[in-house]
Amino acid sequence: MNVSLYVWQRATAVAMAPMIVVHVAVIFYATRHGITAADILARTRGSVGWGAFYAAFVLAVSIHAGIGIRTILDEWSPLDDRHAGIAAAVFGLALFGLGMRAIAAVVMP
Amino acid sequence: MTSELKVSLWRGGASGHYQVFAVPLRENQTVLDVVTYVQRHLDPTLAYRFACRVGVCGSCAMTVNGRPRWTCRSRVSKVVEDGSLEIGPLENLPVIKDLATDMTVFFEKWRDAKGVFTPTRTRHDDIEAIAPGSPARLAADAAIECINCGVCYAACDTVRWNENYLGPAALNRAWTLVNDGRDGANAARLEAVASGGGCHACHSHQSCTEHCPQALNPTASIAGLKRRTVRAWLTGEIKSRKAGRAG
Repeated sequence: MNVSLYVWQRATAVAMAPMIVVHVAVIFYATRHGITAADILARTRGSVGWGAFYAAFVLAVSIHAGIGIRTILDEWSPLDDRHAGIAAAVFGLALFGLGMRAIAAVVMP
Repeated sequence: MTSELKVSLWRGGASGHYQVFAVPLRENQTVLDVVTYVQRHLDPTLAYRFACRVGVCGSCAMTVNGRPRWTCRSRVSKVVEDGSLEIGPLENLPVIKDLATDMTVFFEKWRDAKGVFTPTRTRHDDIEAIAPGSPARLAADAAIECINCGVCYAACDTVRWNENYLGPAALNRAWTLVNDGRDGANAARLEAVASGGGCHACHSHQSCTEHCPQALNPTASIAGLKRRTVRAWLTGEIKSRKAGRAG
């Protein structure tokens, strides 16, 4: 891991910390108040705020996890540095794609 | 305690076996004394390395009952387990023969971390005044007493997993020079330790600090390098590179 990857991983961790608190708080709120899936979808569909919040969250997760996976592959797999980087980038992009698809499912009207 | 020690010594190179010797137990005996006894009285073909015998030269480090140690200052009474000692070569380094490892890569990484002092003045200039109490000098002094024994390198998990990792000793050395006001090669040094295999590869397991016979804290030095290189990268002082090792 070089300095740029290090900074990106730490910066995304810092960004994710408050987002995780909000995410978990929302889950607790929804379950404690007996909010149904239909209620949740009624609130999220067409919501620019929730869409932007979770898009930023997914982006941060994809970068953070991608860099972490790269380090694990570097240290624990027979892949060389270049191929570990390629595999980690594919993993990060897949994570981003899946995350955005999930956001679209609950935010798109 | 019996009057004899059961001593298992590694014999061979990368592949080999432990050979058992019986060595008389003596008061205040060091592990190096035990190895020397075997070579002088029981098997003169045993290969090992030492020089000063007093914890200065950093030549005699070996793996003793599973832990890397400087053998000249490790008393048998402190490290013996059930009357036995198992002594092998240092981990993470190629074995030349028996207890002697090839430390070439260890010192190459020292070079790659730009661990050489690069003066900014000549012999014709005045000596630069360095305040002993300045924060930079205090940071350098805290890390300066490394004897290059390789114990931290042998104890490091990241070295084991990542052959490009410069290792605790080289990075600790770089940190002393980063804090040396007389040195003029910091841009190249920061770039070297900020590249792949540099300080950011450290997982802060702190095995180096746990095992360092000089009670240094290379993990703290590496953490200092992480902070310093991040600042240098964010301000454009250095660029990030992929590979840290030369050649």
